[in-house]
Amino acid sequence: MDARISVIDKRLNNIKRIISVASGKGGVGKSLVASSLALNLSKKGFKVGLLDLDLYGPSSHIILGVKDVFPKEEKGIIPPNVHGINFMSIVYFTEDKPSPFRGVDISNIIIELLAITQWGSLDFLIIDMPPGIGDETLDVIRLIKKSEFLVVSTPSKVALGAVSKLLKILKELKIPIIGVLENMSMTRSSFIKNEIDSMDLSYLGCISFDKNLEESIGKPNKLLETDFMGDLDDLLEGINL
Amino acid sequence: MHEWALAESILVAAVEAAEKEKLKLISEIKISIGELQQIEHDIFEFALEEIIKTQGDKMKNVKTIIETEKSTLKCKSCEHTWDFSDMKKKLNEDESEAIHFIPEVAFVHARCPKCGSPDFEIMTGRGVSITSIKGEK
Repeated sequence: MDARISVIDKRLNNIKRIISVASGKGGVGKSLVASSLALNLSKKGFKVGLLDLDLYGPSSHIILGVKDVFPKEEKGIIPPNVHGINFMSIVYFTEDKPSPFRGVDISNIIIELLAITQWGSLDFLIIDMPPGIGDETLDVIRLIKKSEFLVVSTPSKVALGAVSKLLKILKELKIPIIGVLENMSMTRSSFIKNEIDSMDLSYLGCISFDKNLEESIGKPNKLLETDFMGDLDDLLEGINL
Repeated sequence: MHEWALAESILVAAVEAAEKEKLKLISEIKISIGELQQIEHDIFEFALEEIIKTQGDKMKNVKTIIETEKSTLKCKSCEHTWDFSDMKKKLNEDESEAIHFIPEVAFVHARCPKCGSPDFEIMTGRGVSITSIKGEK
């Protein structure tokens, strides 16, 4: 028996809420939403952790401008605090080189990270998920029993096609879904809202496409002042976050 | 010393298994550690002993046996097989330490020594597992 799995609940025991930011589709802004959500909650005074589980293409460290830090080894590994967020990512161990992992290796990495990371007590752990309903999503569902999902889509029918598959599987498995956030909205349209309503799920609102957002990547203080963050903040208010 | 976290996982898993099997006492735990984990045995044993002291009477006289599972790596492209000692020769200190924390980053830092492919498989030699538990009902 793999002993590491048994200790995962203990490692997550002192975390009040775990929110996985996910999507069926890539490129919809999951990492930006996850990092911004972590920054937003930290600014409000909550103790926040951020775990980047996008193991092939981690990007939260780029968004937060994380450089020259490494976890501290103490009865496990303690994530460094970056801009008020306890941040854990595979990049500490890959030196940002390409990561050609197969499914079984992905599961082993997730088990190892969850077994040895000492988060301590947190109000929120935000998980930046990779796209799709593959190994990482199935492992989070299997290993992190109290995870809730915040799902990101864009206004596109193409994105929603993949997003609705994730939503259906989460519903089938009775996993809590906080709701669906529509990112990069450019015109007024109720298409996504209507589709989410028809699935009997919560439509959380939309974040307008922010053409100046790119200038804030890697600069968390600037990111906090963007229109993107303003829209996200309004939307979080609607779900008491 | 992330050995502590892994030692703790062994004992949490052992208690769970003992409860499942309705064991009142655990007398022996056999542990297998993959070579790729590069565990410091002295630290791991020290951590086991310290955590056992906090577990009450159930593990009072428990004996722990630690075995290292040798690594076998196999290339999916050319089917060449090798082990961690071959791989380690080409790793620098940081790469080797990264594999110590997360064994699967071997795929990031190493290649098949014969054909250079990153598409190889860890056949044996990773993870931390309990291979057997003995006790009294």
